[in-house]
This record gives sequence, structure tokens and C-alpha cells, in this order.
Amino acid sequence: MTADRTEQSASEAPMEWLSASLAGPLADPATDAGHPHPPERVGFFTDTSVCIGCKACEVACKEWNLVPPTRDEAPDLLGTSFDNTGELSANSWRHVAFVEQRVPAGTGGRPAEAVDLGMPQPPPAERDRAPEAAPGADGGAAEGVRWLMSSDVCKHCTHAACLDVCPTGALFRTEYGTVVVQEDICNGCGYCIPACPYGVIGKREDDGRAFKCTLCYDRLGSGLEPACATACPTDSIQFGPLEELRERANARLERLHEAGTAEARLYGADPGDGVGGAGAFFLLLDEPEVYGLPPDPVVTTRDLPDIWRHAALAAGVAAAAVAAAFLGRR
Amino acid sequence: MAEAHPVGFQWVMEAKLRGATVVHVDPRYTRTSAQADLHVPIRTGTDIAFLGGLVNYVLTHQKDFREYVVAYTNAPMILREDFRDTDELDGLFSGFDPEGRAYSTETWAYATEGGGSGGEEGGRPGHRGHEQETARPEQHGMGGASTADRPLTDPTLRHPRCVYQVLKRHFARYTPELVAEVCGVPEELFERVAEAVTANSGRERTTAFCYAVGWTQHTVGVQYIRTAAILQSLLGNIGRPGGGIMALRGHASIQGSTDIPTLYNLLPGYLPMPDAHDHPDLAAYVEPDSQKAGWWGNMRAYTVSLLKAWWGEAATEDNDFCFDHLPKTTGDHGTYRTVLDQIAGKVKGYFVVGENPAVGSANGKLQRLGLANLDWLVVRDLVEIETASFWKDGPEIETGELRPEEIGTEVFLLPAASHTEKDGSFTNTQRLLQWRHKAVEPAGDARSELWFYYHLGRLLRERLAGSTDPRDRPLLDLTWDYPVSGERAEPDAAAVLREINGVGPDGALSTYAELRDDGSTACGCWIYCGVYAGERNRAAARTPRSEQDEVALDWGWAWPANRRILYNRASADPQGRPWSERKRYLWWDEERGRWTGRDVPDISVDKHPDYRPSEDARAQEALGGDAPFIMQNDGRAWLFAPEGTLDGPLPTHYEPTESPCGNALYGQRANPVLQTYRHPENPLNPADGAPGADRFPYVFTTYRLTEHHTAGGMSRTLPYLNELQPEFFCEVSPELAEERGLRHLEWATIVTARTAIEARVLVTRRMRPLKVRGRTLHQVGLPYHWGHGGLSPGDPANDLLAVVLDPNVHIQEAKAASCDIRPGRRPRGPALLDFVAEYRSGGEGGARPADRVHEGQSARGAEPPGPHEDGAPDGHRGNGHRPPAPSRPDRRGRKRDR
Amino acid sequence: MGIKQWIDGWPVYRQLTGPDPLGRGTAAMSRRTEGLTARTEQADAVVRSVCPYCAVGCGQRVYVKDGAVTQIEGDPDSPISRGRLCPKGSASKQLVTNPDRLTRVRYRRPYGTEWEDLPLERAMEMIADRVLETRRATWEDSYEGRPVRRTMGIAGLGGATLDNEENYLMKKLYSAMGAVQIENQARI
Repeated sequence: MTADRTEQSASEAPMEWLSASLAGPLADPATDAGHPHPPERVGFFTDTSVCIGCKACEVACKEWNLVPPTRDEAPDLLGTSFDNTGELSANSWRHVAFVEQRVPAGTGGRPAEAVDLGMPQPPPAERDRAPEAAPGADGGAAEGVRWLMSSDVCKHCTHAACLDVCPTGALFRTEYGTVVVQEDICNGCGYCIPACPYGVIGKREDDGRAFKCTLCYDRLGSGLEPACATACPTDSIQFGPLEELRERANARLERLHEAGTAEARLYGADPGDGVGGAGAFFLLLDEPEVYGLPPDPVVTTRDLPDIWRHAALAAGVAAAAVAAAFLGRR
Repeated sequence: MAEAHPVGFQWVMEAKLRGATVVHVDPRYTRTSAQADLHVPIRTGTDIAFLGGLVNYVLTHQKDFREYVVAYTNAPMILREDFRDTDELDGLFSGFDPEGRAYSTETWAYATEGGGSGGEEGGRPGHRGHEQETARPEQHGMGGASTADRPLTDPTLRHPRCVYQVLKRHFARYTPELVAEVCGVPEELFERVAEAVTANSGRERTTAFCYAVGWTQHTVGVQYIRTAAILQSLLGNIGRPGGGIMALRGHASIQGSTDIPTLYNLLPGYLPMPDAHDHPDLAAYVEPDSQKAGWWGNMRAYTVSLLKAWWGEAATEDNDFCFDHLPKTTGDHGTYRTVLDQIAGKVKGYFVVGENPAVGSANGKLQRLGLANLDWLVVRDLVEIETASFWKDGPEIETGELRPEEIGTEVFLLPAASHTEKDGSFTNTQRLLQWRHKAVEPAGDARSELWFYYHLGRLLRERLAGSTDPRDRPLLDLTWDYPVSGERAEPDAAAVLREINGVGPDGALSTYAELRDDGSTACGCWIYCGVYAGERNRAAARTPRSEQDEVALDWGWAWPANRRILYNRASADPQGRPWSERKRYLWWDEERGRWTGRDVPDISVDKHPDYRPSEDARAQEALGGDAPFIMQNDGRAWLFAPEGTLDGPLPTHYEPTESPCGNALYGQRANPVLQTYRHPENPLNPADGAPGADRFPYVFTTYRLTEHHTAGGMSRTLPYLNELQPEFFCEVSPELAEERGLRHLEWATIVTARTAIEARVLVTRRMRPLKVRGRTLHQVGLPYHWGHGGLSPGDPANDLLAVVLDPNVHIQEAKAASCDIRPGRRPRGPALLDFVAEYRSGGEGGARPADRVHEGQSARGAEPPGPHEDGAPDGHRGNGHRPPAPSRPDRRGRKRDR
Repeated sequence: MGIKQWIDGWPVYRQLTGPDPLGRGTAAMSRRTEGLTARTEQADAVVRSVCPYCAVGCGQRVYVKDGAVTQIEGDPDSPISRGRLCPKGSASKQLVTNPDRLTRVRYRRPYGTEWEDLPLERAMEMIADRVLETRRATWEDSYEGRPVRRTMGIAGLGGATLDNEENYLMKKLYSAMGAVQIENQARI
């Protein structure tokens, strides 16, 4: 049905179809990209509330995908807590962020779920604004610390600007609805890099081509899960059909909210968001910015149809003017 | 646990999802704390005070699992009248010999029916009192006195001298207030932990304790574990599902390395190495245990079977089964003692195999000086580790203390095969043997250790063939005919495992109960007997988890007898019924007349709960059907240890050797019988109260990071791991950074009397100052993975440590010591020695040397310091501030000199 | 390749004629992409193993192709690890295939300043000679009048990543040699 809509739209109302194809809710990006009978769309649900920051995902990804070390030069201590990867890049397709926060005493751990220890649980807003308490030399009563970890990855957007701007067809939408760079096609033009609203994709210095997470496209074809999800010791990274993951995420969110973790939220799970919902979405315990994620990402090609519409109008006006000129000379 | 055992931690997360409360007690806020319901920052080195506080809480609030305690622990046993506790003796137990700095343990014994106060026990054979060099559990392993006298008991637990009442009095001082004062843990936080632990223990619920080797690396390490054992026994959390004390060990087969030990004081299966003084022959060797109730009563069968496995046909009844072929020990031959003997020129040759002591051991300089004074050194590893290259680029080369041209050590660095390049078994931290199959051939000259030792043995035997020298008999008589295969003549690992399992007249044995003391069975490690039952390698069992329950009896093989929870008889009540349906695990099936349940019963399968031994019963037959602790002479868990430890029958809080604090409990500051070695390069920082203690006002602790592995040989060499933690750093609180002018990502120098090292600074609120005994105490965190080699050279944190050991097991105090920390890089070259010498001597006026910021290399030209102690006969000379108790030459030192 | 096939394979043709007019999916797929599969499928053998790092004992599956390790993954059958691995376990392919691994014997003569090469067989002979020589020179028949039959001139320190079978042969041989100062990471 979606396919029908797409095919008909493409021929009968090209601009409307193009708008829907580039932004807004889109049930099935794989069909939209011409896969006639795609399998279920798959993705990642990264539940950061159970992440232990071990970085198995980073290493498993590199081992499987033969990704070179992150930096050519000797790696340096970044000083951003225990994160020495820094960001997603051509050589880091998974990146675990570490966020150290001050919180009122006794709230140091991650959310208590089933057992209430009677710990004070102030609302998150208050927690975030925890006063600059006196140093804990009083034996720790004044304040605690909270350590958030989150494994970031390519979002495999429903509307993927990187793909839309790629002039060579190196980036493509797979039958699983994921977005993959074909390294045998990429010519290193780099258009995709500024197009990504998350700063995911990057160019390999010595190689010139662009690289990013493939959601282990080769493994999916063999019935395997992506390497990162396979390794993840605590199941913080879950792989599966996107619909199922969204249900799982909602249930988890509900459970956390019931347990008093009001600050828990989903990020990238909403098909109505600026990228049409992400194929890799997250459960966060704080604002996205805290983890280095853009709060309200928008596919950079959203306005393309409008631009073209205006361009077409302008072109029409210009053509009319030219015609008038010809006529006028007559 | 999340830091060092992330995949094991999935089960904690699983438990948490099901409602478990996770409490994390650690000086630092770690990746484990981040997932815990409660993080309890504690002053490192004070866990006995903390755990003792919990014991006191349990006893004060009567939260113990009383039926379990009365039936299964030694709480009812009555002690001798002349036993004196630390309360009366200001931190000492009765029997202390101040001259020898050792305990005579006879007053710690039970009072018995025969002797009233059991005075004759001190003289029984094998009980060596203060001459004992290593604690009995390791020396003899073995569950208690062999006395035939029955101990006096009071099942009502009211007798003032019964263990329960003694325990109550002993721990009465460990109040929440004291815990706060000693550990820096606020009272209300402590009480929350106490409530959580007790609310989740008892008939319906269980609590588990997990520790990593952080608990063992203290001068009171054994007593740390003892305290946890007391607490768990009182709460009924031993031998039951969801209970226990889990040692999360740090190496793939470190459990196996203890079971089949390369340890000086043990033979396979925790049999002691024979001692020259106590064990002139086989009879003397087995005698102390042969009289015991419990499974150690079969000591002769285990020993004879081992001797038959090693010396085969040559071992006969007439020659004591070649008992004399075993070399004898005479005291402490531990790794640190050996290193000092290397420096002293007594040790000529050294095999270092898959180990990196130049980085991983305490006081790395001692290690490297030892390596530099050998005739020959064999190192076998995957890569060129620091222990192999010390002569080329070690820290002492930089300081000028050593020069390659002057180091006479001949070094053979041999490439080793990796885990994918050989068959063999690892024993994991749950005592589970798992077989690995060889996947590929090792490249070039790389070979397995099995290959190396087999062929070395073959070469030695070939060279000695025909020798008539009696000293060569042990090598020539050795059973050494393993099948080999392939071009490289690789020995068959499965054949070795079969020898370990043991064979009898009918082939591979099925259980250690089949071992005989007449030479008809041969068994390389009695506790592993059964791993090759039915001529099948059960370590290779791999029935998928989806095809069996979660006890997973058909995945690998756990010693002993494939039992997954030790002492699981305790999961049922004395009559053999599960304590509760919820915690049902093992029970007596009256109809079938046998124990049944989900696990292999850790008791003779047909022993009725009502079974009571006759007077002449021996070994396991001498224990009743209601005695779960089958390795103990009395079948009970020991709240009070009448023997087995060298430093007290009960745990008691002592300060770490180099603590900046005094002991809030007693006049006795540190473990009175701790072990240390006097050496010019092993000086101690002055501790609390001693002159100069203020030069080292901070406390540091060492630890692992998830991204690295131990001394770094398997992680600092790999780009993917190295880049995740690419540099040595120290962790400090913002308050300490402020106090000492340390700045995030800049350099700090950390100093002890041994040396000074430099590290990048991470300022983090995950480190926090504690309020301890009325003062603010700062702790410094140091991951210990770095050394001068690998992809990210850095100073080794372990170089800061002194060699100060637990007296029972000779493990170093690596987790708590004092230091100074100051901004800037350390001096380079010889200036480093001067800098440290100044700290040792106290410089002018004995205070901490004036702060000089050593930015980069600028400290090279630091002004001349006080006298350099290099070569001084006594590392303490010029300090004048030895801590009062511990650093006196101990009895080992004296014994050594005689 | 026929002309039809050639034309069909031309992305622009596929884009203009197929269901992917913007060339973002099927039309863009290269031959390489279409042929991609997990390299574990090409393995000659999948060998069951155990992670060599900590003592949890996670199951591993080692994939071998042409005599080389091509991938190491967690063993999903393991009741201990359920197929999961930490960063170290995940790096074990790099551990075993690391080009920095030693493959030849390195020898440093006394007072030498450089490593030298030494054939393995020669090294074994030399080590056997050293052992016997040291043993002879440092042998103790007795100590304080008690028979000990040992050498205090040879010591050993083993790591805890050695196999049980290896430890067993080590302890057996050392003991027969008369060496008692045999230690292990387990004490450290």
C-alpha cells in the first residue's frame, strides 16, 4: 500500500511525493527507496540507563568492520571523563559518551527500579540545579555524583540527508531501511558530512572517502546482529525490528517513570520529529545536549522541495520574461 | 564489577531488573557505582571496620538466621577459659609473642569434653603454632583440629564463652558511629546498607557479596574475607542460591593456577608442599589430617595417588611412593622473598611465563634489580614485555642505577602461543573448567607452554640418562611420556588432563571417592577427579544454555564433582527440607533415600539427614547428615577460627601499614604479625604519629580499568584497547586538586619512600574527600596498567608500593598506602633518586620537601638533596620514623639470617 | 556480459526505469554491495574457545579461514556470557593477530646492548644446559640437618592465563628438578 502510494505519488504529484520522501512521517523508507518487498525495518534501541560504559561496542565494531584506530597519531588523553574517543567519525562508528554530574547526596546511582530504598528523589529539574554544595569533606552528605554513559551511533534516519545529498549514489537505503556508504562508489566529495544533522559521518584522512556505521549490513544479510549489539554485556544496545524496539522502549520508559525516574525520555523514537524518526534511537536520563546530541535535529534537506518549487517558479518567470523579450522585439 | 568483569555484571543487571538492591562499596565512584542503588565511598583499607559494623548490626538487632547459625556454624562451640580477645589486650589476641612477633594459637582452640580447656591441643602433631610460615588453609588446607575430643557446646548460645557470645562482645565496638569515624561512611548511609543486607537475608531471601582482589591485597586481606564469611554465615547466606561470597578473580585461569598451583607452598589440590622440619616422611606428612573428620581425612589417598601420577612404577609402598623425590620447603619461598634472594645473588635462573612482574608486582624496582642480578632469565610471552626488556630501557636505566653493559643477565625471550593456538582448559572464577580447542597453528617459533615444558623435560632427561646420582632420580623416574602430534611434536593436552583426572585399574576415575592409598590409583589433582570420567573430557561439555536450566550442569565441569554451589547441603534445613520454597535448591528425598535437587549434592548422595557417626567413623563418615561444611573437621562454618590463621581467630580492624590515621579501636595500630622485608629499596613511609608522617598525608589505591588488563601486556599492546585509555592518569577530587594546585589534564607527581611517578591529572567528583577521625582525608586513584613499553608508555603505579604482606598468604598490600602528590612532572634521570631521597630523609627539618613545581623536565637541576641512601644497609636509616610495630624485623627475617 | 545486462546494471537506467527514481536505494546498489555477506560465512572452521582475559570465562567462537583467525565472537550458547564480550574480549582477534606479536626467539647475551636472533632449537638446548648447570651448582641435599633435596638457584613465576595442563606439567617438572621457588600471579 505504501509502495502504491509512493509509485503513484512519484508520477502524479512529484513535489508532494518528494516532500514526503524527504521529511515528515514515512512508514517505510525501504520501499520508498525502491525495495519491492523489504524485510521489516530494523534498528538500534540504545537504553543508556543500563549502559556501563565498557566500550565493548566500540571495539566489537572496529574488529568486525576492520575500522582503523580512531586517530592516526598517538592517541591522547581527552580528559572528558573516561571518554577518549571524543566523537563519532570515519574511524569511530560507535562512541560512548561519559557525563559526570553533581546531584544531591544519595541519588548517585542510576534509577532505582523495583526497590525503594527510601532515598530522596527530588524532581529532575531540581536535581539538575543542585546547588554548588560545600565540598564533601563532611563525609559525603552534601552531594553525590551521577555518571551517565551512552553509546552513540549513526541514527539511520528515516529522512537521511547524507543520502539525499550524495551525488554519486555511494550512500544508499538498504532493504532493512538502514543507510550505508558503499566504499567502492564513494569518491570522497564530502557533501554528506555537513548534511548530517548529528555530525555522524566523516572522512578518513589517509583515504579520502567517507565512512560511518553500516548497521553491519553484511551481517544482517547473514542473519547476524550487528557486532556492537552482539557484544554489549548489559543489552544496553538492542537490535531488532524498529516497531518492536519502539514498543520495548516505551515499556521501559513507563517502568522507569513508575519507579520515579521522571527524567527518563526517548530520543529519536518519534516518527514525527525532524528526521522522520531515527532508525537508531535512545533512552536518555537527561537532556540530549548533556550527551552531546542535538536537541531537535532536522534533516537538512527538509526544505529542498520548497527550494525547488521556488526555483521552478523563478525559472518559469525567467522563461516568461525571455519570451516577452522575444515577443517585444518582434 | 562493571569495571573489571563487565560480562559477569550482566547478571547483576539482571538481578536488579528483578528487584535486587545493588550496593557498591568502593573508595571511588566507578562504572559499578553508576549502576548501583547505593554507592558507599569508603576509606581504603577499612573494610573490616565496615563489615564488622554489619556483623555488629546483625547481632545487636538479632537479625541472624538463628536455626542456620545453631545448626550449621560453630556459634555454639565453647572456647577455652584462657582465650583473651582484642578488647582486653588493646588489639592483640592471647598468645602473642612480642619478641617473635607471632601468635601461639593454642588458646584459640575449643574447650573439649576430655580436657576441659583442651590444653593438650597445642602440642598435637602438625600444629606448629608460631613456627608456622603460611596459614594452615594454604599450608594444609584443612578444616580444623584432628582432636578426638568433642568440643563443648551450648546450643542455646547463652554460655558466656560460646562463640556466639564472644563474637557479640568482639564486634560490639563496631557501631555505626565507629564505622563513620574509621571508614568515613556516614551513619545513615551505613544503616541503609545494614537494613538492605538484613532485609534481604534469611529463610526467604539471600544476599551475595562479590569482591575483586581489592579485598585480598591488604596486610589483613585474609581477615577481610573472614569478616564477610562471618557475616554471610550469620545471615544464612552460604550454600544457598543467591548467596555466597564471590571472588571475582582477574585472570582467565587464576583459579586453575591455585588448584593446580605453581605456588611454592602447594601441590595440586591444595595439598601442602612438604616441609623439611615437619614432614620427614609420608606418614608424618599425612598424619595430622588422617585423623580428621571430613574429606581431608583421606589425605593419604590423595597424596599417594599424586605421587603415583608423577613417579608411576617407581613409586611403591616400600619407598614411601617416592615421597622423598619431592623437594622440601623451609619457610617462606614466596615471590617477594625470591626477588630479594635474586638481589642477594642466591637465585641464578628465573622462568617468567605469561607474567610481567616488572610492572605488575609491588615495588617494581626490587623486581627489576632482581632481574638484573640473574645469570639467566627465560621470558615467555606474546609480546616483548617490560620484564624482558628491563636491561634495555627500564626505569633504572633512565636513572643511571643500571647500565646495560653492566647487567650480566642472559635473557631468552621466547614467543608463546595464544589461547586460540593450543588446546587446553581454563578454570574460571566459579571453579568451572572450560576446554578451549585449538583453532590455528602459532606462527614461527611461538609455542604453547605445554610444548616448552614437555620438551625441556625431555631434554633434561635425555641429558641425565644413565646418571647414578640420586638427585637425578626424580627427573629420571618421572612419568613423562605424553603422546605428541604434528610436525612440532605438540603434546596432547587431553592426555595431560586425563592424568590430572586420575586413572585406576579400570581406566579414568569418576570421583575422588575412588582414590586409594595403596598405590592402585594415580591422580594428578584429586579435586579435579571426575573431569575425565567415563574417558570423556567433561571440560569440553557445551550443551547450549537454551537446552538446560540455569544451573547448566552440562556446560564445562566444576570441581569438585561438578558441584556448582559449594556447601549446597546448607540450602536445606537439618532435616533435609528446603528452608523455603523460594530458595529451594537441594533436598532429601525420603522415598528414594537420596539427596536431590538442581545441583550435584555437596554431600554423600545417600547420607540421611539423621545419620550420626559412630565413635570409630573416620573422614567423611565421621560427619553427620546435618553437617554441610564437609571439608571442616566439625562440619560447620567457622564464625570463630580456632586455627588456620596466623593473625587472629577473629577479624579485627587494623590500619594499613602506611595509614595516615591511628587505630580508633585499639592501641595496636597495624596487623601485629604482618610481614615485611627490610631492604634499602623497600623503605616504609612513616605512618600516623611517627615523625615525618606528614610528608605523606594522602592515601592512594590502585585498580584496573575496563579497557586494560593487569600489567598491560595483553592490552597496552593493542591499538583498539590502547586508544580507549591511552595514557596513565591519576584521579583526584576537586578539593585535593585545589589543595595541591593540581590541574585537570596537566601533570602530577606522586611520591612515596620508594619512588616518584608522574601521571596526567583527572580531576573528578567521583573522587571525594572523606571525613575520618575528625580530619579530611584525600584519596588518590591510580590505575596500574602502565609501564615503559607498549603503545602508551607510562610510569608503573606499582612502583610506588612497598612490599608489605599479609602474613597468612604473603599477598602484598597494594590497595592502601600513603603518598604525597604535587603538581608537575617528576624529575628525570639521577635527579629522580635525589628527589626521592629527600622525601625519605625528610629534607631540612623533617617536613615535606618544599613544593617545587617540576614542569616538564625543569626539575632535572633541582637542588642537591639530603644524603642518598643507595647502598645503605637499612632502608630506614636516616628516617628515624619506622612505624612502631610492623617494620621490626619479623620472624621470617630472623629465621632467614640464622 | 550482454548489452541488456550492461544497460540494466547502469545505475541511471535503473533509477529512471525502476521504483527508486531518486537513486537512493535499489538503483544505487553496487555489485559489491549486492554480494556482501558476513565473512564468518566463509569460515573453514568455527572453533569453540574461552576468552583469555579475566576469570569470568566467557565463551568465544573463533572463525578460521585459510589457517588464520578472521573473527572472534561471543558464544551465544554459553550460560555464563550468553554471547556477550567486553572490550577486551572483543579485542581478542587483535590480540592473536597483532603484527607486533613475537614470532622469533630473542636473545640477549650477558652485558649485551641489543637483541639477537637465536634458533628455537638452540635456545631450548641452551636453556636445558643452564638448568642443569645451575641445579648442579646450587643443589642442597640438606638444610639445617634436614633432607631437602632441592635447588634454591632456580625460580619461576607464572601468569594466570596458562592452561591447567600447562601448570600441571610446570609444577611436575619443577618439583622433579628440585625447584621450590615456583610462584604464580595467584599470589600477587
